[in-house]
Amino acid sequence: MIRILNAGPGTTIQDRGRFGYLRYGVVESGPMDWIAYELANRALENPPSAAALEIALGGIEIVCEERAERVAFAGGGFAWERDGKRLPSAAVVTLAPGERLRAASGTWGMWTYLAIEGGFDAPVVLGSRSTYARCDMGMVPRAGDALSAVPRLRVASQRYARDDTGVCAIASSLLARSERTIRVVLGPQDDYFTDEALGMLFGESFAVSPRFDRMGYWLDGPQLAHKNGFDIVSDGIPRGAMQVPGNGRVLVLMADHQSTGGYPKIGTVIRADFGLVAQRRPGEALRFALSGVDEARAALLAIYDELEKPVALEPVGAPVRSELLFASNLIGGIVDVSDDSARGS
Amino acid sequence: MPEFLNAGETALVVEFGKTVDPRLHDEVLALDAALAAASVDGVVETVPTYRSLMVHYDPRKLDREALAERIETLLERSDKPALTPAKRSVPVCYEPPYAEDLPALAQALGIDEARVVALFGAATYRLYMYGFLPGFAYLGKLPKELEIPRRATPRPPVPPGAILVVGEQVVIAGVAMQTGWYMIGRTPLRLFDLERDPPFSFAVGDEVTFEPIAAADFA
Repeated sequence: MIRILNAGPGTTIQDRGRFGYLRYGVVESGPMDWIAYELANRALENPPSAAALEIALGGIEIVCEERAERVAFAGGGFAWERDGKRLPSAAVVTLAPGERLRAASGTWGMWTYLAIEGGFDAPVVLGSRSTYARCDMGMVPRAGDALSAVPRLRVASQRYARDDTGVCAIASSLLARSERTIRVVLGPQDDYFTDEALGMLFGESFAVSPRFDRMGYWLDGPQLAHKNGFDIVSDGIPRGAMQVPGNGRVLVLMADHQSTGGYPKIGTVIRADFGLVAQRRPGEALRFALSGVDEARAALLAIYDELEKPVALEPVGAPVRSELLFASNLIGGIVDVSDDSARGS
Repeated sequence: MPEFLNAGETALVVEFGKTVDPRLHDEVLALDAALAAASVDGVVETVPTYRSLMVHYDPRKLDREALAERIETLLERSDKPALTPAKRSVPVCYEPPYAEDLPALAQALGIDEARVVALFGAATYRLYMYGFLPGFAYLGKLPKELEIPRRATPRPPVPPGAILVVGEQVVIAGVAMQTGWYMIGRTPLRLFDLERDPPFSFAVGDEVTFEPIAAADFA
C-alpha cells in the first residue's frame, strides 16, 4: 500500500467515470485527461478503468509501506522524483517499502495520474470509485490516508518481478505536449449564435481563464453574440460542451460537468481533443477548428488503436534485466513512437 | 419527426420541440422507454429532459447515422409502449422554521400565505427532469397565480429537501445549494439518498402532489 504524505488541493481518485445516472442529475466525473489516465493503467496491464490518483498542480508526495508496489504515472510535464532522484514525467516504477515518490507541477500541463498495479481500492459509489467531492461521492485523498491496491491474481504473462528496481519511461506520442488546434463539432444550439460569433469561434484565439475547475473551464477571448436570446429550455449536456451564457463567454464543460443546462451550447470539443483542453494552463492559448462528427469519430478510433498497442517502455538510468526488456516489447519494437497521427497534428 | 442535433460524436440530441409542454415530454418519455426496451448495443445512457432526449453513445460500437436510423425506426413504430406515470405524494411543511421564504413570496405575489399554500397544494405536477446536481428534480407547472420572477440576489444556501419555486417551475432540491429561487417549504423526504437502494425514489415522468404536514411531524 501507499500512504499519502502531502496532497495538493484538487487531488482526487478517478476511474473511467460514473455512468448510468445522468438521468438523475449525477455527473459522470472520470479523468480530466482520459488518455493519460488510460496509458498509466495500461502501462501496468491494469484494466483500463482501474482507479488512479488524479493529481493537480499542487502535486503529491507518497511513501510506499509494507511491501513493494509497482506504480505508473503519466500526464502533463510534471516533475516526479523518487527519494529525491528525478524521474521522467511518465514512467513505470517499483517502489520499495520506505521509498518516497513525489510529484510537483513541472513545465506544462494541469493534471497527472498515478496508477498502481491492480488499481486503488477506494470506496465504490453508484458503480464508480471516482471522487465527486461536491456530493460526498468517493473519497478525497488527504495527507495521512493509506491507499491499497485491489488484489489481483498474478498471471503468467505478468511482465515484472517485484524486485525490479529499474525505471522505465512510458514512450507514447499520445503524451506529447501539443499546442495544436482543438477540434469542435457544432451544435446542438449553434443556430442561437450570429454568423459573426461562429466566425470568431473558429477564427480567433481564446485562452483558459483563471476560473477553472473539474466542472468547467471559462475561456477568456472574444464574446460570442447570441441572435435568438440566450435562454433555452434546459436540455442535456455532454462532456466538452461549449456553453455560452448571456455574457457571451465560453464555458467548456469538463469531467464534473452538470448533467443539464439552460444556456445555448455552440459546440462540443471532440473526445480526442478533450485532454488537450484539460491540460492547458490559465493564460495558455486555445484555437478551435470545425470538425464533422465522422472526423471526430475517426480521431477517437485512431486514439483507441494507439492505446490498445502494448505500451512502449524505455529503460532509464541503471541497466535492467533482460527479461524486463523482453517483456516490455523493446526488442520487438512493436510501437513506433514517431507516429504522431493519433493526435492528428 | 423530431430534429437530430449533434452534441459531439458521443451524444445525439433528439429534440421534439423548444418549449415546456407535457405533450412534447410524453414523446421524450416514449422514445426513452422504446430505446431502453430495444437495448441498442453502444447506447451508454439516455437523459430525458423537458423537450428532448440526449442519447449518449459509444462511437466504437455505433456511429451517428446508425443510431439516428435506429431511433427513426423506433419513432415510426405504432406499438409504442404505454406510459404509466407513478403517482407520488411529497409531504411538505409550510410552517416555521421550514418555510423561510413563504412570507416574502406571499408579499411579492400580493396574496396571503394561506392562499399561496392552498394554490400550491391543489395542483398536480409532472417530474420533467433531473438536472444540475444529483436528485435535483424539476417539476412543472406552477399555477399561473404563483408565477414569480427570480430574486435579484441569491438567498443563503437552502438545506436538502427544500421545495423551491421560480417562474413556472418547482424544484425539489436533493442537496444543499445557494439559489435565486424562493423556498416555499421543506420536505423530510429525500429524492436522493446514497444509503438507500435504489438511491433515487422518483423517476422522470412521475406525477407529484404535495401534502401538507405540521412542523411537529417533520422527521
